Amino acid sequence: MPDENPDLTLPKINAASIHLLERLCNASSVSGDEAEVRKIVLEQIQPAADSVKIDALGNILAERRSSNGSTHKPLRVMVAAHMDEVGFMITSDEGDGFYRFQTVGGVDARQIAGKPVQIGSEHIPGVIGAKPIHLTTASERKNAISIDSLRIDVGPSGKKIQPGSRAVFATKFTRLGPSVRGKALDDRIGVASLIHLIKHPPANVDLLAAFTVQEEVGLRGARVAAYACDPDAAIVMDCTPAYDLPVWDEAENTQYNARLGDGGALYIADSATLSDPRLLRHFIDTAEAHRLPYQFRQAGGGGTDAGAIHKARAGVPSLSISVPGRYLHTAAAIARVNDWQHTLQLVYAALNRLTPAVFQQDR
Amino acid sequence: MTELTDLLTQLISASGLSGYEGPIREIIQQTWQPLTTELKVSRIGSLHGLKTGTGPEPRPSILLSAHMDAIGLMVSAVNAGFLHLVAIGGIDHRVLPGQLVTVHGRKDLPGVIVQPPARLLPEEANSGPVDLEYLLVDTGLSPREVERQVRPGDLVSFAQEPLELGEDVISGHSLDNRASVAAVTECLRLLQERNHSWDVWVVASVQEEETLGGALTSAFEIRPSLAVAIDVTFGKSPGANDYKTFPMGKGPTLGLGPNIHPRLHRQFKELADQLEIPYAVEVMPHHSGTDAYALQIAAEGIPTMVVSIPLRYMHTPVEMIMLKDIQRAGRLLAEFITHLTLETMASFTWDD
Repeated sequence: MPDENPDLTLPKINAASIHLLERLCNASSVSGDEAEVRKIVLEQIQPAADSVKIDALGNILAERRSSNGSTHKPLRVMVAAHMDEVGFMITSDEGDGFYRFQTVGGVDARQIAGKPVQIGSEHIPGVIGAKPIHLTTASERKNAISIDSLRIDVGPSGKKIQPGSRAVFATKFTRLGPSVRGKALDDRIGVASLIHLIKHPPANVDLLAAFTVQEEVGLRGARVAAYACDPDAAIVMDCTPAYDLPVWDEAENTQYNARLGDGGALYIADSATLSDPRLLRHFIDTAEAHRLPYQFRQAGGGGTDAGAIHKARAGVPSLSISVPGRYLHTAAAIARVNDWQHTLQLVYAALNRLTPAVFQQDR
Repeated sequence: MTELTDLLTQLISASGLSGYEGPIREIIQQTWQPLTTELKVSRIGSLHGLKTGTGPEPRPSILLSAHMDAIGLMVSAVNAGFLHLVAIGGIDHRVLPGQLVTVHGRKDLPGVIVQPPARLLPEEANSGPVDLEYLLVDTGLSPREVERQVRPGDLVSFAQEPLELGEDVISGHSLDNRASVAAVTECLRLLQERNHSWDVWVVASVQEEETLGGALTSAFEIRPSLAVAIDVTFGKSPGANDYKTFPMGKGPTLGLGPNIHPRLHRQFKELADQLEIPYAVEVMPHHSGTDAYALQIAAEGIPTMVVSIPLRYMHTPVEMIMLKDIQRAGRLLAEFITHLTLETMASFTWDD
């Protein structure tokens, strides 16, 4: 293997990485309103990228060209991570500080009541209350509290909020031993990884970084980004659910999807994409060569930006690799720092030894 | 107002679940120390503070009871690094998924209450909100570390930080009933500058949310001539809008019903009218749902009153209250106390 380099210095997650993830997770960027995260990303990548462009939907498309001085034309690899998160949009002002709202993206209605939120770019504080238990009946409590009956309450002397403003859970990011906990780990952890790859790029490929918008509402940013990038291959860095909790009757959990602690989760097939088997083999070989923990995300269900990217133009060989995270799309998700590091390391190492030869094999 | 904000923030940042009120009792003890002549702790953990009156002995006394315990949860089992829970006090399980908590194990551990995915639950559990028996706490730590730090019986309190929403509004957990503790503290502060002939016993009672045991035993020990329970009542909010609910910002409520002595109600009402302190009459056809239920039947019985402060979203981690309602309650209590004379009890006749 001409480009094999087991002594390659792999990226490490350090205090600065954690701090960046904290800023990203605490920022508000609901699908369609990604300004706050976009600002942080631009600030981080502008000094390092060879070019930066923002397209018609708000995607950031940045390039970091190969630097290994090889005579081969380097592969153009698109690496995507989505900037948007699921959240809420204010739909009407009911006066006295009460606002109706709807969810944006997939949020389980049972996760919403009784939580603090932050509204708009100013992060105006509010709460989504719930009726006191004393005023409910036992039969009422058998039913989920409907979103229609909930309100965002900023208090009687709170600031006026315009309908159309977005709101997110107000959870503050924190470190918990081996874990991190915060809202929007899906997919700020991917965004943080992609920022890292621009600053410390794999020398062997032309890196086309796509910080996409509106993944949570239909992979819309990725679709147009892939068209613009016109890459040779694509890697999507997302966050995938880890359902590795105990089963209620203590049976073996065979539907865990992915597990915390087992490293980056390679997708074989989800509901939107059949991963390119050559890329998959390449990543597995890389992980084995560098002795990096990795796992296979269970097939079926879910989707990533790869769903849109692999069908762009005449087709793009694609693979998704995600950091496993528990409780995604709720007020507080949990992921392991080690899994984040191993995922980033695997992508870096795999891209660093990715050559056109990989795609000359049969699928 | 910032002094009250600071006090209230401090009060709702200490844990004090029913039966385990130690941490909050310490805070209240420190707060009441400079405002009372005597402080002691009852046999089951209630805090009793005495502010002596100026009248000749034997002086009558009035007891102000504000329960200091709060609802929360307790670890019932440790399983593969996750914690199973039971409730202490009345909690609607539908507000629990995603709530930040503190697990009081061998040390305090941040955690979050989580709803397992449908695929890991029995069929029946997925038709609606997931019952408490299936919810878990995840601390983010390894199972081995959790085994070391947590065991069944450990307490779990809400970790939602206090929020200031505009001026004058605080949101957080345990405003039921720390807001009333703050109101009683306000009353004590005002009394520092005033004369009162009666003795004033301030009681931060325990276990109101489970047994009313604190109020009952404190009233027995103190044997006041009059007793007032200060608690919170339902604040008006969307979906909670009937006669049981009261607007925030329009003053405390004055209880009316069998659990309240009608003369006491009238005296409070007339005083509030006289002082132009806004209030509402809160009808309580059954028991008041407060310490007053126990205070009234301690020993030979005590004329009782209920003063309540409107609170939105009661028994959730985002309860909401207006500070000026707390101040009004405190002021009304202080004024009532300064109006007490040695002839007051004689006026407590029936059927006139």
